[in-house]
Amino acid sequence: MITTLIEKPSRSIWQRWRWLLWVVVIGALYDWTISGLKFTGLQESAGVVSRSIMAGLVHPQWSYVYDGSGEDLVSLILQTLAIAFLGTIVSAVISVPFAFWAARGDHERFFVRSGSGKVVLTLIRTFPEIVLAIMFIKAVGPGSYAGVLAVSIHSIGMLGKLFSEAIENMNRGPEEAIVSAGGRSGQVFGLATLPTIMPEFFSYTLYRFEIAVRSASILGMVGAGGIGTPMIFAIQTRNWPKVGIILLGIVIMVLLIDSLSEQLRKRLI
Amino acid sequence: MEEAPIISFKHVNKIYSNGTVGLKDINFEIPQGQFLVVVGLSGAGKSTLLRTINRMHEITSGEIKIDGEPIQTYKGQALRLLRRKIGMIFQGFNLVNRSSVERNVLSGRVSYYPTWKTLCGLFTQADREMAVRSLQRVNLADKLYTRADELSGGQQQRVAIARTLMQEPKIILADEPVASLDPLTTKAVMDTLQRLNREDNITVIVNLHSVPLARQYADRIIGLQAGQLVYDRPISEVTEADLNDIYVTEAVQA
Amino acid sequence: MSIPEVPRRSWIQRWHVKGIAVTGLLLVLLVASSRMTGVDVGMFFSNFGQFLNLLVRMSHPAWEYTNVIVQPLLETIQMAILGTTIGAALAVPFAILSASNLIHNRFLRGLTRLFLDLVRTLPDLLLAAIFVAVFGIGSTAGVVTLAIFSFGMVSKLFYEVIETIDMGSLEALTSVGASKVTIIWYAVLPQILNQFVSYFLYTLEINVRASTVLGYLGAGGIGVFLQRSLNEFNYSQTAVIILATLAVVLVIDGISNHLRRVLL
Repeated sequence: MITTLIEKPSRSIWQRWRWLLWVVVIGALYDWTISGLKFTGLQESAGVVSRSIMAGLVHPQWSYVYDGSGEDLVSLILQTLAIAFLGTIVSAVISVPFAFWAARGDHERFFVRSGSGKVVLTLIRTFPEIVLAIMFIKAVGPGSYAGVLAVSIHSIGMLGKLFSEAIENMNRGPEEAIVSAGGRSGQVFGLATLPTIMPEFFSYTLYRFEIAVRSASILGMVGAGGIGTPMIFAIQTRNWPKVGIILLGIVIMVLLIDSLSEQLRKRLI
Repeated sequence: MEEAPIISFKHVNKIYSNGTVGLKDINFEIPQGQFLVVVGLSGAGKSTLLRTINRMHEITSGEIKIDGEPIQTYKGQALRLLRRKIGMIFQGFNLVNRSSVERNVLSGRVSYYPTWKTLCGLFTQADREMAVRSLQRVNLADKLYTRADELSGGQQQRVAIARTLMQEPKIILADEPVASLDPLTTKAVMDTLQRLNREDNITVIVNLHSVPLARQYADRIIGLQAGQLVYDRPISEVTEADLNDIYVTEAVQA
Repeated sequence: MSIPEVPRRSWIQRWHVKGIAVTGLLLVLLVASSRMTGVDVGMFFSNFGQFLNLLVRMSHPAWEYTNVIVQPLLETIQMAILGTTIGAALAVPFAILSASNLIHNRFLRGLTRLFLDLVRTLPDLLLAAIFVAVFGIGSTAGVVTLAIFSFGMVSKLFYEVIETIDMGSLEALTSVGASKVTIIWYAVLPQILNQFVSYFLYTLEINVRASTVLGYLGAGGIGVFLQRSLNEFNYSQTAVIILATLAVVLVIDGISNHLRRVLL
C-alpha cells in the first residue's frame, strides 16, 4: 500500500492530504477569532437608535446646508476639499525625492539605497494618519492646518511607493538619447526623465487625491478640521437629522470627486 | 583612402562584470564618410561594439581612437563634446512621447546650452530654425508641432534622426534602427541615413540583422560572432554565401 | 537665410493657452486652499519646539506597557479577520449581480453598482462613529464597520475578476450539455478562486491597518488604548502602541504577501 503510494511521484501523501491541513489551520483560526471577540454589551437601544438614524437620513436637516456662517455644510465640505487638495499637492512634491531614493537603480549593489528608501516609505505608510493629525494638532493647534500637515506627510508613504515603481518601470530610452547627445545629468533629468515620468506621477497624484478626500472628511473627528468635526459632534449629541445631511454631503462630494478624477485620468492616458 | 581613419579599434576587449565576453580583440579602422554595416546574430556584440564608440559602454582593454585621439581618458566636458560629435539612433526611437516633435528635435542640441537654459526651454531662434531644417531633411517639417506619440514608427525614427542632426555629427551610430519597422518605413529610414552619408559625408555605422538590407546600403560589411570580428569586406567583394556563413556557423555552434 | 516653411499653429497653441490656464487654475486653487485652511508655515516652525518635545517623549517607549497591549492587539486582528470574512461573503452575490458577462440586465447591474459605489464613498472611521452609536462601545461596532468597509471594496474587486472569466471554456462545457452547477464548479470556480482568495488577503491587510485606529472612536481593539494614552499625554505608551501596531501590520502583510504569491 505504502510502496504503491511512493511509487506514484505525481501525488505524494503530502500533496494528497494538504487540503486537510489547510482546513484544520483555517478552522482553528476562525475558532480563535470568534471565541476571542466579545459580543456582549450590545446596547438594548440598538434597534431604537438605528431607527432614529434612518429617520434622520430620510429627513435631513436641510437648514444646515448653507447659512452663511462659515460653519455650514457647504463651507466645511469646501474646507475638507481644500485640506485634501493642499495635502496631496504638498505630498506629491515631497514624494518625488523620496521616490528617486526608493527606486531600484540598475547599477546599484545590494540595493542599500533603494532598500532603505522602501523601508522608510513603508514606515510612513503604516503610521496611522489620525495619530499624525493628533501630533500636528499639538504643534499648530486644532484646525484644518493640522489636517493639511497630516495628509501631506501620510500620503508620502503611498505616493512615494507608487512613484518609485513608476520610475523603476519607466522607459529609459529618452534618457539614453540625451546622454548620447552629450547632455549633462541635469539636462537628462529635465529633458528626458521628468517629461517621460510626469504623466504617471500626475495620474497617481489624482488617485491619491481621491483617497485624501475621504481621509480629510474624517480627520475632523480628532480635531483636524473639515466636515468631520461637526459630524462627530452630531453623532455624540444624537442629532440624527444633522448626521443625515452631513452624510449626504460627504457621499455627494466623494462621488463627484471620484468621477471628476476619473475623467481627468482618462484624458491623460 | 590615404587619409587618417576617423575611427580605429586596436585590440579592444570588453568583459562584463558577470564574466560574459562582450568583445574580443577587435581591430579595424573606419575612414571618414564610410557607410558601414555590422551584421551578426543578436548577442554577438553588435550593440556593445557600437556603444563603445561614444563611450555609452566602457571597454576593458585596448584602445579606440576617434580623429586620431584616444577616447578612453575623456571625462566631463571632453566626453560630452565627444558624444556631441557622434549622433546615435536607437531601435526604440527613444523620443519623449508626450513632447512635441520640435522639443524632441531641439533636445539634440543640449550640449550647446547650459543646464538652466535647456530646463527653461530657452532655445535660440537660430536653433529653432535649425530644427525645422533638420526636419525638412527627413521630410517631416509639417509635423513640427505634432506630439511625438502621434507619429508612426518610421516617422518617429526620422524625428530621432533629425534630433541627432542637431548635434552636427561627424559620425552617426544606428543600433538596429529598423528592427521594429515594417518594410516600407524601413526603406524611408535607411534612405535617409544613406542621403546623410552621401550629402554630408557623415560616417554611418549601422547594426542590422537583415542581410539583404546590409547588401543594399553598405559600403562595407563587418560580421561579429560571439564578440569576435569574423568578417570584414568592402561591398564589392561580399557574396551571399559569406553572409550566410556568419549566421549559419553560429547557429550550428549554438 | 530665410525662415523655412513651417506649419501654422493656432493662437491657442502659440501662446500655450492650455498650459497657462491649467497652471493658473492650480495656483488659484492652491492659494484658495491655503487661505481656507489657514496654513501658516511660520507657525509650524515657531511651535516646532512643542512638536519636537512630543517626538522626544515618544522616543522613550515604555516597554513594560507591551504586556498590556498584547490582548487588544490580538483582538484587533480578530476583528479584521471576522469583518473581512463577513464583508467578503456578502460581496459574492453582489459581485455576481454586477458582472456584465453574467448579468445581461443593464438596469439591475447599474442599480447594484450604484449601491456599491455609494457604500464605497463612506470612510471607515465615519462608519465606526455611527456604529459605535448604534451598538455601543466595543468590538461589535468594529466588526460591523470593517464588514461594510470591506464589502464595498471586495465586491468591486470580485466583479472585476468575474468579468475577466474566459467565456470560451464555459461555452465548451455548455456545448457538451453540462448543467449549470457543473459549469460553475469546473469552469468558473477554478478561474476565479485564487484571485478571490488573493483579494481577500489584500483586503485583510488593509483592514488590519484600519482596525488599529477604529478603537479611537470606541470600536474596540488597540485603538482604544491609543486614544487613552494620547488623552493622558502618556506619549511613551503611545510610542509602544505605534511600534507594536507597525510590527503586527508588517507581519500580517508579510504572511499575506507570501500566501498571495503562492496562490498566483
